[in-house]
Amino acid sequence: MALDSKVPKGPLKDKWTDYKNHIDLVNPANKRNIDVIVVGTGLAGGSAAATLAELGYNVKAFAYQDSPRRAHSIAAQGGINAAKNYQGDGDSFYRLFYDTVKGGDYRSREANVYRLAQVSANIIDQCVAQGVPFARDYGGLLDNRSFGGVLVSRTFYAKGQTGQQLLLGAYSAMNRQIARGKIEMFNRHEMLDVVKVDGKARGIIARNLVTGELERHSAHAVVIASGGYGNVYFLSTNAMGSNATAAWKIHKKGAYFANPCYTQIHPTCIPRSGDYQSKLTLMSESLRNDGRIWVPKSIDDVKAIREGRKKPTDLSEDERDYYLERRYPAFGNLVPRDVASRAAKERCDAGYGVNATGEAVYLDFASAIKRYGTEQAKIQNISNPSEAKIYQLGQAIVEAKYGNLFQMYNKIVDEDPYRTPMMIYPAVHYTMGGVWVDYNLMTTVEGLYCLGEANFSDHGANRLGASALMQGLSDGYFVLPYTIGDYLSNDIRTGKISTETPEFAAAEKEVKERIDFFINNKGEHSVDYYHKKLGKIMWEKCGMSRNEQGLKEAMAEIKALREDFWKNVTVPGDANEMNPELEKAGRVADFLELGELFAKDALNRNESCGGHFREESVELDGLQKGEAKRNDEEYAYVSAWEYKGEPADAVLHKEELEFNDIELKQRSYK
Amino acid sequence: MNLTLKIWRQKNASDKGKMVDYKISDISEHMSFLEMMDVLNEQIINLGDEPVAFDHDCREGICGMCSMYINGEAHGPDRGVTTCQLHMRSFKDGDTITIEPFRAAAFPVIKDLVVDRSSFERIQQSGGYISVNTSGNTQDANAIPISKEAADKAMDAATCIGCGACVATCKNSSAMLFVGAKVSQYALLPQGQVEATDRVLNMVAQMDAEGFGNCTNTGACEVECPKGISLENIARMNTEFLKASLKG
Repeated sequence: MALDSKVPKGPLKDKWTDYKNHIDLVNPANKRNIDVIVVGTGLAGGSAAATLAELGYNVKAFAYQDSPRRAHSIAAQGGINAAKNYQGDGDSFYRLFYDTVKGGDYRSREANVYRLAQVSANIIDQCVAQGVPFARDYGGLLDNRSFGGVLVSRTFYAKGQTGQQLLLGAYSAMNRQIARGKIEMFNRHEMLDVVKVDGKARGIIARNLVTGELERHSAHAVVIASGGYGNVYFLSTNAMGSNATAAWKIHKKGAYFANPCYTQIHPTCIPRSGDYQSKLTLMSESLRNDGRIWVPKSIDDVKAIREGRKKPTDLSEDERDYYLERRYPAFGNLVPRDVASRAAKERCDAGYGVNATGEAVYLDFASAIKRYGTEQAKIQNISNPSEAKIYQLGQAIVEAKYGNLFQMYNKIVDEDPYRTPMMIYPAVHYTMGGVWVDYNLMTTVEGLYCLGEANFSDHGANRLGASALMQGLSDGYFVLPYTIGDYLSNDIRTGKISTETPEFAAAEKEVKERIDFFINNKGEHSVDYYHKKLGKIMWEKCGMSRNEQGLKEAMAEIKALREDFWKNVTVPGDANEMNPELEKAGRVADFLELGELFAKDALNRNESCGGHFREESVELDGLQKGEAKRNDEEYAYVSAWEYKGEPADAVLHKEELEFNDIELKQRSYK
Repeated sequence: MNLTLKIWRQKNASDKGKMVDYKISDISEHMSFLEMMDVLNEQIINLGDEPVAFDHDCREGICGMCSMYINGEAHGPDRGVTTCQLHMRSFKDGDTITIEPFRAAAFPVIKDLVVDRSSFERIQQSGGYISVNTSGNTQDANAIPISKEAADKAMDAATCIGCGACVATCKNSSAMLFVGAKVSQYALLPQGQVEATDRVLNMVAQMDAEGFGNCTNTGACEVECPKGISLENIARMNTEFLKASLKG
């Protein structure tokens, strides 16, 4: 099947408006007869479910947690971008579009990104109307902060809990529709397969996670908004339950999976402390507005710090290497995430890591505290303030900005980041790759849509900070409600879809057989045993830097691990009850396939772009020496993989990327 | 460190349930409490038994899933944290730790330490929203200035994670802090004023219908709240309720 992105013709800036003017609409009376299933209730799924219900469709929404409010969008900290230009610092739709395409290392689809920039401003209006308490300045207007990879302040925020507030906004919009009966909410339910009838997505098989019962649900269209697959690494900043099952199941039923190797390793996470570790915790990128990243210049100081003979605060300015400021003077500590992560790895690989594992660098707020303190002393007319007074005044400002993050750090690490620099290290955070979708957000299966982190479209090979929230809400509030209507306008005469059909029966049977296998296998090893092994392979061979040999080994090792899993995994308990181990088993089984496709994709892409760094492809000389080297001649395409049984047999389809409104350039943050 | 755990085991909603003792050794003080539970479960699985079911997800204190009652305190002995943020450094070698689910009539146990908090969902559905459709044509976000003080207070109220610690810790199983936080968030913002009367009346009615108890100003909820939601929010809800009742 040839890939058709269905990007509308015409000038970039008019595409979305023209498109909306010419699509088919469904009249309100007919919407009442059309059902839509939404899987996942984070920012993308929650906002889509609420908006579709407001429009009049009958929505069935599914979440594996006990409430939509618990989806992992809730954990997003720093903010949401929007081209409002409230600061008057030169922002515009074009600039947000440009920053996003450049930040994504020219591997995203132009038309989708421009549309994202256009609707970004509406998102802020919508959220304020819903009662989202964004941060404001003393004049009562909305405040902004800066994020990595851009030169303007366009990030709106609610302390360090922006994702929480936006999700609670979408959740409140859902609640209104649940109360009206327009959304039927299925909490503690997990989608285990999609059902296709005559080639169209017409329903799902879901498991009630409390009773274990398998349920058939039909609809005229199915929307997958189930998030990313970062947990393929076992350790990531994702929630424990975050999984790729919905996305992987639809891949196996015909939806192409795009760019699986594009993974974001976030530079500022709390370093791991031991083998028992279950997850990694992010420290928001917003901290890089005020925090400076460094390691000691001298290896002797590194040793002294590791052995506890010196403290980081003992080192003078001259003895510190602020390596981001040194290497990237234009962007300094606010380079994009992929660049910051690789730079941290480079220093730690060279032996400058500051903790016992050698995998940590400092994020230091001392200069910001001093700067704010001095400013406050002036504002408050305090003459000759003491060092302590300046510190106290500055700490109050830093606390107001990042208090909850500092508290979180303190609780986990048991150190006071106001007094000693934080220690941080990169960790898996976000997956830019995902299910391939066209301009309408439809997958290669008719009537099957994919939104938010679960799709691939907007962030190319690297996502800029504060853009995930923007994309999730853009897809759900402002894009899908239009595009799905155009499709559903053909379904007004279809009538209710029956679940008593051979297609539903076959899908349910397949799901049931797999569950029965897990329960009856009684093997030797727990699910986590396999998940941890998979994570280790992924991190070592498909992590921050990749090479041909390692990727080939990864493919073989994952395949072998998967075979062992299907022989020797053990799942205690029964199928007909709440059984968290059984849930995990299904998810890890899917990760064991996805991981291999991931490595295959990374192997195919013999260039470095964004978060995908191939050791074979670096700049050898000049100003950019040692930086990632993209290869536009051979790789300016989206890799969309078609499932053929084994991950190794997946067939590659290419969507060539056209750049008409932006010039392809070496990405420089120097 | 080596520990004795006394854990509530209950197969399903209709099972009577009982405390069961477990021994666990070589626990690092740097582990989180839930990582200690992971180690325990791995141990149980390797012995061929059923692991302890407990709710958890983000493990960074924001999703509100985790909900353990540890040594008689919601989310355990530390302050300002959820169960997942509690670390083993809060305990010492040889300790016996009692772990129970959040208990309240409106939070029935589903299995082991997992409880059903759908009563919270129904309260939110009864009025925890502002009735504005998604259109792309709402007025500009800066059209109505909101004082920084009001915005900050609304934010403080809005940080509630809906975990239910307030209910579990209250001797009356009252949900006033949870409901007060939502009512306050909207009461403090101009966008929330339009529906203020109906909202507070409906949410309080639903809260009562779910079987949550009354507030007797003990203040335990505020102490145990992992997000530091203040009692002020209950006072504000009471004011709003009185205003709404007088309006009829």
